[in-house]
Amino acid sequence: MEHTELLTDWSRAQFALTALYHWLFVPLTLGLTFIVAIMETIYVKTGDTKWKETTKFWMGLLAINFAIGLATGIIMEFEFGTNWSNYSWIVGDIFGAPLAIEGLMAFFLESTFFAVMFFGWNKVSKKTHLVSTWLVAVGSNLSALWILIANGWMQNPVGMKFNPDTARHEMVDFWALVFNPNAVSKFLHTISSGYVLASLFVIGISAWYLIKKRDTQFARRSIIVASSFGLITSLFLLTTGDESAHQVALNQPMKLAAMEGLYDGEERAGIVAFGLLDQTKEIGDEKDPFHFSFEIPGALSFLGYHDLNAFVPGIDNLIEGSEKYGLISVKEKMKRGKIAVASLAAYKRYKKQNNMPEAQKALKAFEANQKYMGYGYLKKPEDAVPNVALSFYSFHIMVGLGTWFLVLFAMSLYLSMINEMHKKKWFLYLALLTMPLAWVAQEAGWIVAEAGRQPWAIQDLLPVGMASSNISTTSVMITFWLFAVLFTALLIAEVKIMLKQIKIGPEGH
Amino acid sequence: MFDLLTLQEYWWFLVSVIGALFVFMTFVQGGQMLLYTLGKTEDERDLLVNSLGRKWELTFTALVMFGGALFAAFPLFYAVSFGGAYFVWMAILFCFIIQAVAYEYRKKPDNFYGERFYETLLYINGSLGIFLIGVALGTLFTGGNFTVNEYNLSQWTLPSYGLEALLNPFNVAFGLMLVFLARVQGALYFFNNLNEPTITARIKKVVTVNFVMFLVLFLYVLATILFSDGYVYDPNTGVVSIESMKFLHSFLAMPLLLVILLVGVLTLLFGIFIALIKNSTKAIWFSGLGTVLTVTILMLILGVNNSVYYPSLADLQSSLTIENSSGSFYTLSVMSVVSLLVPVVLGYIIYFWRKMDTTKITIDEIKSDPHHY
Ligand code: HDD
Ligand code: HEM
Ligand code: HEM
Repeated sequence: MEHTELLTDWSRAQFALTALYHWLFVPLTLGLTFIVAIMETIYVKTGDTKWKETTKFWMGLLAINFAIGLATGIIMEFEFGTNWSNYSWIVGDIFGAPLAIEGLMAFFLESTFFAVMFFGWNKVSKKTHLVSTWLVAVGSNLSALWILIANGWMQNPVGMKFNPDTARHEMVDFWALVFNPNAVSKFLHTISSGYVLASLFVIGISAWYLIKKRDTQFARRSIIVASSFGLITSLFLLTTGDESAHQVALNQPMKLAAMEGLYDGEERAGIVAFGLLDQTKEIGDEKDPFHFSFEIPGALSFLGYHDLNAFVPGIDNLIEGSEKYGLISVKEKMKRGKIAVASLAAYKRYKKQNNMPEAQKALKAFEANQKYMGYGYLKKPEDAVPNVALSFYSFHIMVGLGTWFLVLFAMSLYLSMINEMHKKKWFLYLALLTMPLAWVAQEAGWIVAEAGRQPWAIQDLLPVGMASSNISTTSVMITFWLFAVLFTALLIAEVKIMLKQIKIGPEGH
Repeated sequence: MFDLLTLQEYWWFLVSVIGALFVFMTFVQGGQMLLYTLGKTEDERDLLVNSLGRKWELTFTALVMFGGALFAAFPLFYAVSFGGAYFVWMAILFCFIIQAVAYEYRKKPDNFYGERFYETLLYINGSLGIFLIGVALGTLFTGGNFTVNEYNLSQWTLPSYGLEALLNPFNVAFGLMLVFLARVQGALYFFNNLNEPTITARIKKVVTVNFVMFLVLFLYVLATILFSDGYVYDPNTGVVSIESMKFLHSFLAMPLLLVILLVGVLTLLFGIFIALIKNSTKAIWFSGLGTVLTVTILMLILGVNNSVYYPSLADLQSSLTIENSSGSFYTLSVMSVVSLLVPVVLGYIIYFWRKMDTTKITIDEIKSDPHHY
């Protein structure tokens, strides 16, 4: 069957939908498990049952969130097979391993100790219970580790070799996969984003109790833990975000250019702090990409290359190529890619005819050009550019919010230290209103990472259009809508239950 | 150290064991189908749900693990079957999405849809979910309508994308067999886990009825496997052909597997026997062990002795074997090292399972714990 663009779009839409839903729940689990573990540690250390109640309350909310995290997660695992079956074959030899390891190392840890943590208060000793709670936290973060190793590999494929006989990439170096710099920065950035979100969640809800003037002792206790945790982790979040951008600059310059709306590359490139993109701007024309913008000079060169004067290539430079900066044009890459694709076909043909010398020749030609294999499937150079507006705004929303969260944590820690928090109504409202923005930043971050990677499923090697299953578009449309309805229905129930539990509160009003 | 074929066989064995452990764990789904059969009052049903509620995640994770192991070790199967028999797998996934929330949300105030709604979700997960998994496993014997091209990219040839498997009596029988097995196991699990005489008094009848149904289907399935045509490949050329009574020949060539199969079936029967005749609450361990052995062997036989484990009905030569569908030597080696973790994982699961189950659950316990399901 022809891989139509429509099929690709629906497959992408379905993956985006399910991933974005899954990601509504995962970061809270990542962070709240740690916060709960810290609270329980305080309880075990001090023996103060107030801390036990505090732990149990947040654990209850965690469980509500956890259930729907599992529900949306199982889909994702199988979706690689159901919707990206070509992908599953072409890279499954590398990609399958981290997913299987995730199941074995992380999911069983989570599911075993979740039951102990939740139902085991009177069945195991205090110490064993505490260890179980910590193991749930470790398990959920290990799960993030392995899935992000898989994802990091899609952004920066390392440790493998293409096997022309099986027509797939095969793993040759497992440790290269694990210590892929892209995966490392991704892992650190993502887990810390989860900690930040969970801290904002705890502060937001506690602020609501303070506004309502109820459960105030409980709320103040929770805020102290969450503000300290949030302040430390959001500093870490900014550092790892910076490292993520550095990795993007090294391996995915087109993504970086799109994130910044940079068409015309420059040395000492600045970061646009705010800007409104001109939607009529086209690749290669002379227009200013922005209606208006405010720039911090040199900042992008620094963020991307850790050098204020580094050259940051723009979209136009990457498309057209530049001798001065050693950039190959997309046209040229497409030419080499087409040679790679044709040589592979020739290799297969000669091999079938048992014509080994010709087969070897074809293989040589393939190997010389395989680095650009993916470009061989592109139709025109502009196809190599991701959606600029989406990447630009998502990136700026994330960075802006990240900066604001840091300020908020500092303020809330300060105010609770000097015992003034409950008196500052305006601050409490601010904290409450900031809470949902944590999710906005999260989803924006993934849109940067994933939409900015387009058109590649595997950077430079496999365009999404080639990656999907060979099924009818209608089938994907049907399941897309089923997912949309079901997940929304479950989300409504989740939010309602969560709000009710918050209203009931730690003391069961 | 090992050659590629050994690693492929080892991984097919592991996949079989994980599949078998999953089938054992479907006592959770069996129990979900029995909520209204065994629980006549709300308190009783709460007790049943909570008893299962400490285990369901393990079943869920076993299913995820089964998928993950297939992906890592036999990526071509993952691509061909999931991407081709699309609607069957999607239907299975939907049945499992709804399970995860049902436990947690059923009793919560303001849960929007009401308690009965979530109980219905549990029932659908238990019945339809297990039935469809059985159908999907059945197609490993009966085959699917797919082709694989020279780049190993695959395509389903029927627009029903897998739903056609429901027209095959063997697949349907396989699915129903797993459903009745799950119900038997669910009942035996409650027998072991609960201390509520009114409920346990109802269990024997459930076990008897469902076991008879299971046994009839099992005999039909086993006879079909042993006596109908199977598919073989030539290990040198990879060419696939049909052989009559293929699996019977495989068993005769590997008598050890036949012995284990018989031991498995007898252990299962023994479990049922001591439950019905001796009132033994330990019955589930025997029927469980029997289930694991039996299913392991039935899966294993598909992959060994040059058998095809996923025949193509559209193009015989596209059929999948453990040799033509596996990961590379390097990946299988790495994953084999990782698989040394399996006993560790099983170890801590068993340890904490026992610890949590030392005292039997009662209605009073559920009532006194605000964090119950
Ligand atoms: C609370 C959420 C949150 C906040 C405040 C930030 N991030 Fe972030 N960011 C994420 C949550 C996130 C994420 C959801 O975790 C992503 C998606 C993919 C990933 O690796 O992490 C991400 C991705 C992501 C990427 C793309 C990585 C890729 O394409 O592979 C970059 C460059 C940054 N971040 C950089 C930053 C910087 C410089 C921030 C400075 C304030 C920042 N992020 C704050
Ligand atoms: C950044 C990406 C992801 C992270 C950090 C992540 C992390 C997690 C975490 C912490 C859980 C625990 C349950 C919960 O959410 O509360 C979970 C569940 C799950 N996730 Fe994700 N996930 C990510 C994306 C994916 C993807 C792409 C897949 C597909 C392979 C996936 C598959 C699953 C599955 C199958 C579960 C259910 C686990 C179970 O059986 O216990 N996740 N994930
Ligand atoms: C849970 C957090 C994640 C979110 C919110 C997310 C979001 C998205 C989005 C929005 C797309 C569509 C991109 C587009 O077509 O423009 C996408 C595609 C995809 N993502 Fe992710 N993603 C997440 C994690 C992951 C992880 C961890 C993996 C791999 C392990 C992954 C693998 C893929 C694949 C295979 C596609 C389809 C092919 C493609 O469009 O490149 N995603 N994701």
